[in-house]
Amino acid sequence: MALLSVDELTVTFGGRGRASKAVDGVSFDVDQGQVVGLVGESGCGKSVTSLALMGLLPSKGVELGGRADFDGTNLLTMSQRELRDMRGSQLAMIFQDPLSSLNPVVPIGVQVTEILQRHRGLKGEAARKEAAHLLDRVGIPDPTRRLKEYPHQLSGGMRQRALIAMAVACAPRLLIADEPTTALDVTIQAQILELLKELVDEEGTALLMITHDLGVVAGLCDQVNVLYAGKVVESADRHELFAHPMHPYAHGLLESIPRLDAPRGEPLKPIRGSINDRIAWADGCAFAPRCDYYTMECLTGTPALTEPAAAGHQVRCVNPVREPVEIATLDTPDVTATAHGGTSA
Amino acid sequence: MLRLVIRRLLQLIPTLLGLSVLLFLWLNRLPGGPASAILGERATEEKKAAINKLLGLDQPVYVQYWRFLKRMVQGDLGTSIQTGQPVWDEFTLRFPATVELSLMAILIAIVVGIPLGYLAARRRGGWLDITAVSVSLVGICIPVFFLALILKGIFAVKLGLLPSYGRLETGINATEVTGLAMLDGLLTGEFDATWDAFRHLILPSVTLASIPLVVIVRMTRASVLEVLGEDYVRTAESKGLEARVVRGRHVLRNALLPVVTAVGLLTGALLSGAVLTESVFSFEGIGKFLYDAIGGRDYPVLVGFIMLITIVFVLINLLVDLAYSIIDPRVRVN
Repeated sequence: MALLSVDELTVTFGGRGRASKAVDGVSFDVDQGQVVGLVGESGCGKSVTSLALMGLLPSKGVELGGRADFDGTNLLTMSQRELRDMRGSQLAMIFQDPLSSLNPVVPIGVQVTEILQRHRGLKGEAARKEAAHLLDRVGIPDPTRRLKEYPHQLSGGMRQRALIAMAVACAPRLLIADEPTTALDVTIQAQILELLKELVDEEGTALLMITHDLGVVAGLCDQVNVLYAGKVVESADRHELFAHPMHPYAHGLLESIPRLDAPRGEPLKPIRGSINDRIAWADGCAFAPRCDYYTMECLTGTPALTEPAAAGHQVRCVNPVREPVEIATLDTPDVTATAHGGTSA
Repeated sequence: MLRLVIRRLLQLIPTLLGLSVLLFLWLNRLPGGPASAILGERATEEKKAAINKLLGLDQPVYVQYWRFLKRMVQGDLGTSIQTGQPVWDEFTLRFPATVELSLMAILIAIVVGIPLGYLAARRRGGWLDITAVSVSLVGICIPVFFLALILKGIFAVKLGLLPSYGRLETGINATEVTGLAMLDGLLTGEFDATWDAFRHLILPSVTLASIPLVVIVRMTRASVLEVLGEDYVRTAESKGLEARVVRGRHVLRNALLPVVTAVGLLTGALLSGAVLTESVFSFEGIGKFLYDAIGGRDYPVLVGFIMLITIVFVLINLLVDLAYSIIDPRVRVN
């Protein structure tokens, strides 16, 4: 059984009349030691999904639906007290902006030891030693000195490392990383991803990676779920998705990546328009207004998730794209653009 | 840290010089003068001129100012026209009463205001929040003297529970150590004096606390609301910390930063003399004396007191800045 099994998760904000669905029936699994990506643009519901799993959404004005079974128990129906015990010890999270995610007036050391004290009962010198060890493990040099310092005295990359140290402090079974590299510059991004990969490989921790960056997905994820307007529109393992994106949205995302080997002057290929909730999924495909492949069929109710090409490659589209994308510049050497035998229309 | 202190103290010199110039210009423009204040409306010109000559007011302003400066650098603030006592003595005689009243008032405002503001923010939109916000709005609209009279009417006159004027009952007297009646009583073991001083302080300090209380409640509430939405509070929650730790270490510690600044400014304002409160409750502090000094055109007292109050104000701000640099590492001076 999967470690985390999310089934038809819905998150609705606002009360009667003004309700808006941020997450609309999302399902996916994360196995022990697996890295699963949730990919999509701003507003597609990926962060809300992660906050819902952590129980960090406000209790007022938010309605949760569906199930999220972690090791057999439904996270969504847990009491705040039970969740507090789970958070930090079984489930941990790394946030997007390391500076604002650290308390500015509390030394790093206290922010690391407080979680050790809470879940592992470590106090005083023992807690400090373990905290220094953790900082060392995530690659922060001179950890004993750093423990006494405040977040503003650390560099951006180091702050994110400190946050990661807190997240892995109690060896959680599932780590949720919400765009952990967005606020960092490219070289630091690579280092942080490397570190995450290392931790996951060593500890067998499962990682739910939330990102809008397909480069991150390509380098890290085993399984990828592409979200659009609160629904999973495509789900496949990484190789399959990069080689044969079938939903026009996923296809467009991959095509929009500028290529180094493209002819000079070739225009970028953006997806036109922007995400909006004018078309509810109930009336048809929410992506239809931006889609190049759209037909009248798209507006006859919510398209179902189907497996038009390969087993385990689910697509929510009535007109799935059959042409592969050339992605030779992505850093996944094993995924080269080859013709997809037999599925071209 | 030390450099900050020294720099601030040096800054006091130009501040005081500028202030004294302004004060002299202002006093020079005031209608009337000590002579007419002493002699009354129907005094003859000759008598007035005699008094002015005696006080040196017949000289041009710049000469008066120069004399004042010469005395000032020798640490002499002059003599009160009304009482004939040195201004410094008059100040040190009355300032402890004002300090006692102000500290009591700010203490009430802090002890009531911070928890109230915090709870209002936590239960935003609840009955406590709505009550706190609307009562504080009413509170800031009621004139202080009116509130003083209401409190006096209820607790002193109608119920007879509390004394309505003065600092101590006649016959009760604490041996003076600091000049703060309550503290002196404690220090010398004269607890009846402490108790009596406390009873005398209640009505004036509650009156005086009203406006700082409103400011603190509103500021704490706004600040807590802001901090509750901060990412680091979410991080703290994501670590599964006890609610107590999240509230204390992560929410309150940050939320109180702006409140500390406000408390400093408010204390400074209170110490500069609560004229109305002191007058209504016949509380012999600097506020009341200063008020009388304006009526009596007691120039040396006006200039001396205002300069001393300025020094107190600057020192308190310095203390606030030092406190701030301790609680907020980001502004710590290297």
